[in-house]
Amino acid sequence: MAAIAQSAARKAASRNAMLVPTVVMAVALAVAPFAGIYPVFIMKALCFALFACAFNLLLGFGGLLSFGHAMFLGTAGYVTAHAAKEWGVTPEVAIVAGTAASGILGAVVGALTIRRQGIYFAMITLAIAQMMYFFYLQAPFTHGEDGIQGVPRGHLFGLIDLAQPLAMYYTVLVVFIAAFALIVRIIHSPFGQVLKAIRENEPRTVSLGYDADRYKLLAFVLSATLAGLAGALKAIVFQLASLTDVYWTMSGEVVLMTLLGGMGTIFGPVVGAFVIAALENYLAGFGEWVTIITGVIFVVCVLAFRRGIVGELAAWWSARRS
Amino acid sequence: MQALFGQLLIGLINGAFYAMLSLGLAVIFGLLNIINFTHGAQYMMGAFCAWFLLNKAGVGYWWALLLAPLAVGIVGIVIERTMLSRLYKLDHLYGLLLTFGLALVIQGLFRNEFGSSGLPYQIPSQLTGGVNLGFMFLPIYRAWVIVASLVICLATWFVIERTNLGSYLRAATENPALVQAFGVNVPRMITLTFGFGVALAAVAGVMAAPIYQVNPLMGADLIIVVFAVVVIGGMGSILGAILTGFGLGVVEGLTKYFYPEASSTVIFVIMVVVLLVRPAGLFGKER
Repeated sequence: MAAIAQSAARKAASRNAMLVPTVVMAVALAVAPFAGIYPVFIMKALCFALFACAFNLLLGFGGLLSFGHAMFLGTAGYVTAHAAKEWGVTPEVAIVAGTAASGILGAVVGALTIRRQGIYFAMITLAIAQMMYFFYLQAPFTHGEDGIQGVPRGHLFGLIDLAQPLAMYYTVLVVFIAAFALIVRIIHSPFGQVLKAIRENEPRTVSLGYDADRYKLLAFVLSATLAGLAGALKAIVFQLASLTDVYWTMSGEVVLMTLLGGMGTIFGPVVGAFVIAALENYLAGFGEWVTIITGVIFVVCVLAFRRGIVGELAAWWSARRS
Repeated sequence: MQALFGQLLIGLINGAFYAMLSLGLAVIFGLLNIINFTHGAQYMMGAFCAWFLLNKAGVGYWWALLLAPLAVGIVGIVIERTMLSRLYKLDHLYGLLLTFGLALVIQGLFRNEFGSSGLPYQIPSQLTGGVNLGFMFLPIYRAWVIVASLVICLATWFVIERTNLGSYLRAATENPALVQAFGVNVPRMITLTFGFGVALAAVAGVMAAPIYQVNPLMGADLIIVVFAVVVIGGMGSILGAILTGFGLGVVEGLTKYFYPEASSTVIFVIMVVVLLVRPAGLFGKER
């Protein structure tokens, strides 16, 4: 009993430990536009951060490396853009539609891919994402190479005009913080604990009576849905849905953000997403060097830096304390 | 009818490349347990090597067919020794991530240097022209590619399944520690196997150079299709990799004739169906 109480207390403590940094992050982001940081850059970084957090839910806590997560980002983007532009619905309806589309796609793809593990899982998700890419390349509603351009931002709930830069900014921020809190909650829920147990030792978890496939599928669907939310937001913010977001390079990019920030950590993907977004911003004029540097970071992370930025910091901190 | 046979030929050609590339992937995976994401980049490097040899050194196709795989194979060996060998004790996913990063670096460097438009490569003079078979026109070079890749694939199969060296290799795939205990230098074998698999990709690249143009991104999308081919065939057997490679090339060619809209997705659709029916792949063993 004492052990259970102790572990419950520890869990509550670790959940509370997340509260302070989360609030700090939220406040910092809320004042950032007034500190002279370009809001469009932060919005882009926040969309990627949400995408990476969703991805990390699957990789860092479920142990499943999906190499095709761009399909969820892109699908939601296309559906949201199409709904907002062609159907003329309000942005929140368009975002919900896009997110739901990715969730459904996630359920189908997840049911198929969790039959295999490890490297096979990565290869299969990559191949299915490539299939979706070719589908969107040919489907008439996506306008192929041009993408869906000039998506109206519209009025949130018919009231708030998102064409106002700050209104858009705080909408993105609120959605991001809410989704982030949800992810933290999922990770600390009993569901999240079972997911971690499956990652560590699947046969043992199954022998304890948990249906591993069901947990993995649910994790996959959650991850796809949240990745979709990121894509839907991105489509509204940039008023564009294009093939870039479904291409395999985007799938690789989210892997990199998570790896660089620290997979299996809560804040890692956010840090990774900001670093990569900043890198792309500053190197935009240098053509192919972005790809090369991205590749080099991959190699360095894998060879020498596997815990990522946040993971290394946490390790350094706990080593200092003990 | 002409068009159908034309597409079948293109399918067989593509199949030849699928077969050689998935064979290399399967050989590497068997011993190293990693999926080599740089395979597409190494195929591209093979083609560029041939282009360099011809345009900068005046060395022709036949020597390129020997020298390019050697050069790219050595690059592969260096990568294995300096980087991959540090990852064997870790989760196999790190090997995938490392080679993915390397592929980005290599492709980025080549693209920086050569842009993304293709460079032409002449068909060697001995293989120009074609024969009229009555029902279709067969360019000699394409016939050569199909025959040569079949020979290379079957030779690889023979070495692995029927020789002493191959038996060591298969044993080391099953249980490296035991094979090492019998006095076989397993780390060296791993290095050479990786070099061989990479060289195979480079051979495919040299053979592809006159057909497709030499382009920094020629292997980037191809490798994803090859992954699907590997999933469909399963990693269990060498012969399986060869058969699925050629078979899927033909299926793709037929799709191009009967239903062109689906030609770029058909292999992925087949992969999905195979996963539903036989998750381990057509020739694979569950492990």
